[in-house]
Amino acid sequence: MTNTFKRQDGRKPDEFRKVIAKVGVVPNADGSAVFEFGGTKAIAAVYGPKEMHPQHSQDPEKGTLRVTYNMMSFSVHDRIKPGPSRRSMEISTVSGWALDPVVVLDKYPGKVVDVHIDITQANASTRCAGINAAALALAHAGIPMKDMVSSISIGKLDKQLVVDVSKFEEDWEEGEGATDIAMSFTNSGELSHIQLDGHISVKELKEAIHLGRKKTKEIYEIQKKVLKDSIKLGEEND
Amino acid sequence: MTEQVTPKVTAERIKQYLEQGKRFDGRKLDEFREISVETGISENAEGSARVKIGKTEVLVGVKLNVGEPYPDSQDKGNLMVSVELLPLSSPKYELGPPKFDSIEIGRITDRAIRESKIIELEKLCIKEGEKVWTVCIDIYSINDDGNIIDAACIGAIAALKNAKIPFYDEETGKIDYDKEPTGKLPLAKKIPLSISYHKIGNQIIVDPTTEEENISETRVAIGSADGIISSMQKSNGQSLKIEEMEKILDMVEKVWKDITKKIEKHI
Repeated sequence: MTNTFKRQDGRKPDEFRKVIAKVGVVPNADGSAVFEFGGTKAIAAVYGPKEMHPQHSQDPEKGTLRVTYNMMSFSVHDRIKPGPSRRSMEISTVSGWALDPVVVLDKYPGKVVDVHIDITQANASTRCAGINAAALALAHAGIPMKDMVSSISIGKLDKQLVVDVSKFEEDWEEGEGATDIAMSFTNSGELSHIQLDGHISVKELKEAIHLGRKKTKEIYEIQKKVLKDSIKLGEEND
Repeated sequence: MTEQVTPKVTAERIKQYLEQGKRFDGRKLDEFREISVETGISENAEGSARVKIGKTEVLVGVKLNVGEPYPDSQDKGNLMVSVELLPLSSPKYELGPPKFDSIEIGRITDRAIRESKIIELEKLCIKEGEKVWTVCIDIYSINDDGNIIDAACIGAIAALKNAKIPFYDEETGKIDYDKEPTGKLPLAKKIPLSISYHKIGNQIIVDPTTEEENISETRVAIGSADGIISSMQKSNGQSLKIEEMEKILDMVEKVWKDITKKIEKHI
């Protein structure tokens, strides 16, 4: 990858925005976290495992992971009407699929684990920030997990691959325009989520996936540190 | 995790304490928990604020849109207040259409702001009868440990004071967010607040925790500024003696002053 490409916010092509991650931000919840990529800020809270209502949605074999994604009305320039939309409903489901492979709910038949993601400020890549926050909140809640999930967006601006797409880059029109690829990996390296909008060759997409894999390892290290530090803090308080 | 129902023994103990003028967390009956206010917390909003009262937290954003005036106020801007009690903020809130609670908190906050005339709506007219600014105040609960309703109003006032008017391009009829805002939202110099009073047993308290709120028999929300009351609503089916109502009214000015002192440096 060439490092001469100039990004509007001065980042290197393979650099994500400043990450801020914290757990324990919603005292009422069983687990909670914030995850920020620069101007994109997500908060997530986990409640459960608890009784699944309505009853007909219960799975007698294992517990269900139920994720909801919501953008606050004022998180973007043009106010969003509060309440679910087609977009938010799809992202909710896709975020659930991103997390499903690592969450172990065999011991909770008939139960549900609710994960609520809210975007408090948006500057693109909101679903990736949301998934990262949700994975942290699940771990913070002590939900059995066999691995972690880390998410990143890879963009292609004209022919250049970039990491962690901003709003400015999402609207890129020069050359081949913008391609936006949101992806999530388990730490063991499996892809649990990928979505793409744009225009990209097979070769470039393969490259983008490998870049995403490399960068989610860095996200994973941040998530791991936040969780470890939260336990240390807890010990000091005891 | 917060209990969704306050157990009977706890309820009895709360009432015994209140009879002696005491509360579990050491507060006086007319005393708020620690209040923190932070503004400008969401950069795409015209104004925003985070308010914490103890462990209770709300986020408030103000957005401005250009739209048509209402038929009965052709030369004035519009105001819209909405409250979302997020499932994220408490196990008691579930997904689905807004429940009565959030509608009522929204309407009470709306009236406290509207009736106080803090927003100079007549200055938000762009072209009489055609184009006016609509001020949308959206309130989200982040953690509910009681008294979301008062936090909502404090947050709304803080976000309004933080709000700027974006650049409106009359030719294209669109807001241009790349251009500098054209000024602050026109506000009167006052701090109207809706403060709610709760009757528990024979006592009146302010700023209940969830534990206390669960056993509140009656809530009276009073919107006031500088001793002038401009909105009020009694909620729940329990009645109130005249003496109890008078006791509440005697508290209004002092409690408003206490809170204003705590928040005014942040707004």
